[in-house]
Amino acid sequence: MCPVDVVRRNNVVLTGNETGPAVVLAHGFGCDQNLWRGVVPALAEQCRVVLFDHTGCGRSDVSAWSAERYSTLDAYAGDVLDICRELGLRDVVLVGHSVSAMVAVLAAAEEPDRFAGLVLLTPSPCYVDDDGYRGGFSREDIDELLVALESNYLGWSAVMAPVIVDNPDRPELAEELRNSFCRTDPEIARVFARATFLSDNREDLGKVTVPTLVVQCAVDAIAPPEVGRFTHERIAGSRLVTLDAIGHCPQLSAPEATAAAILDFVREL
Amino acid sequence: MTEAAFAALLESNAEDLYDNAPCGYVSTLLDGTIVKINATLRGWLGYDDEELVGRRRFPDLLTVGGRVYYETHFAPLLHMQGSLGGVALELRAADGTRLPVLLTSVVKTGPDVRLIRTTVFDASDRRAYEEELLRARQKAERERDRAQELARTLQRTLLPPTLAEVPGVEVDAYYHPASLDQVGGDFYDLFPLSGGAWGFFLGDVSGKGADAAVVTSLARYTLRAAAVHETEPVGVLNHLNTVLTGTSPRFLTVLCGRIRPTAEGASVVLANGGHTPPVLIRADGTASLLHLPDGQLVGMLPNARFSAAEVHLEPGDTLLLYTDGVTEARIDGNTRYSEEALCDELSGLAPAGAPAVIEAVTRLLTRLGAGVEDDTALLALGIPVSAGRSR
Repeated sequence: MCPVDVVRRNNVVLTGNETGPAVVLAHGFGCDQNLWRGVVPALAEQCRVVLFDHTGCGRSDVSAWSAERYSTLDAYAGDVLDICRELGLRDVVLVGHSVSAMVAVLAAAEEPDRFAGLVLLTPSPCYVDDDGYRGGFSREDIDELLVALESNYLGWSAVMAPVIVDNPDRPELAEELRNSFCRTDPEIARVFARATFLSDNREDLGKVTVPTLVVQCAVDAIAPPEVGRFTHERIAGSRLVTLDAIGHCPQLSAPEATAAAILDFVREL
Repeated sequence: MTEAAFAALLESNAEDLYDNAPCGYVSTLLDGTIVKINATLRGWLGYDDEELVGRRRFPDLLTVGGRVYYETHFAPLLHMQGSLGGVALELRAADGTRLPVLLTSVVKTGPDVRLIRTTVFDASDRRAYEEELLRARQKAERERDRAQELARTLQRTLLPPTLAEVPGVEVDAYYHPASLDQVGGDFYDLFPLSGGAWGFFLGDVSGKGADAAVVTSLARYTLRAAAVHETEPVGVLNHLNTVLTGTSPRFLTVLCGRIRPTAEGASVVLANGGHTPPVLIRADGTASLLHLPDGQLVGMLPNARFSAAEVHLEPGDTLLLYTDGVTEARIDGNTRYSEEALCDELSGLAPAGAPAVIEAVTRLLTRLGAGVEDDTALLALGIPVSAGRSR
């Protein structure tokens, strides 16, 4: 068996200051590493920035994806650890957005020595309401989302997919396609959505032993402030920062403030 | 209508064009806060202007699932590419009813401010139709899964769950289905006979699908039953030919053999029913096609003739039986893989035991990929080098 080519599988992109601390940016459910473009320039001045696409998303190697493997967040955490090992990264600051905040929690619980710290950006350990816990969603809401995913392929076409995959040396082909950042095979999107919104990682928060920063937005329909506070309270010694931003993607809506929060945290480690 | 009245209607003011357009218009800040909304959309939703402008965010008017979609896909894409079209979501009206809509948005950049302009089309009829299509697709997918499951189950029943163990002989087998939807017609088996011998066969029924599977099943149990009382493999093939001829328009090719372990290895008698020649991989590192005396297809002619040959396997030797799925694989346009190519592939490997040979051909099948258009069955019998079997 050949070893898995992790760099190709996850379309790993390295940028920034080679001598700086390693900052790995993990995108959430929906789009790909392009989501970080607003914060990368600021981070790159001081840090070694590692970008990647989760398997099945963006320009990852879709042939490495399978519904069985990627139906739980453990697989995504395993991929993040693969990337860190493959690149020989130590004292990593892992920034996980949205669902990848929980991916980061799982990765750090698995291999705490690998990480200097975690930044959990708009995290939610559990989206579905439970006895005494308010995640913000009911099971029916999540089913409704799956329907919305089914009816919106965002320019996905099985015919076009091989064109992109088979021309990795001509990235402009992918750039030309509308909505390419959020293009995902509907089957992959469905499996990722289920893994994202039906996971319950509340118990895993207690396993985090590395310094952790929780960053949330003042208004966020997906991860409301009370969920961010819950996450913060369950991770011993963590810090909570609430950005004066609206929405679920502060790296897009408030890139300066998001980058500043990450950099402050990195400097203090 | 007078010309003046027509002109007046045509020249209705911009405000009227905006408010009473046949589609909804809504302008929001980048965070979604509604700053302007036309009368058409207000009417669809059943809200007053003052209930919405400056007070509500547009995503709040979506269903909950739609809101998640908006936050995870719609908003990020708008940020990154400045426009987005044809997104299907549902709005929730004041009275709780749902309105399926198609949204198209552009980001309008002014001196100090950026706005999102969105047009909203009523898509109730279209969505009902799309749901029909979606349901039809889901039904088709379920049926396909069922058909594949059925094919897999049927295929499993045509292959032995485990191969018999032959003392001093290593055996291994593999079945490579070319299609998930159709059961193939390849088969093999290895089973004990009386008198310190074991019977085995490997064959290929013409065609695919349920009809071929019926013949495969018939061939398998006929071969096993015949091997009990017919001592010679040729006799077994004669029996199979009698059973098959006239009962089915299908025919098959098969190698039918008997293996008897000896002090130095094993002696193999092999009868040929029109099948591709097996590969013999010798301990000295050579591999060659074992050309057996000609034998006719089974089930075609009432008086088909079969003949057999005997071969001795010594420590380090392995005999590979295969069906033509691998040798007939398309490698490039009209070129096909061949028996000779398979032989070459394995000569580099020798000496190799049965599991190593099966693994090598399995890898070869992976390499040939979609070029393998037909099922492939493999059965390897080898004498381990260490097997200085003493009696």
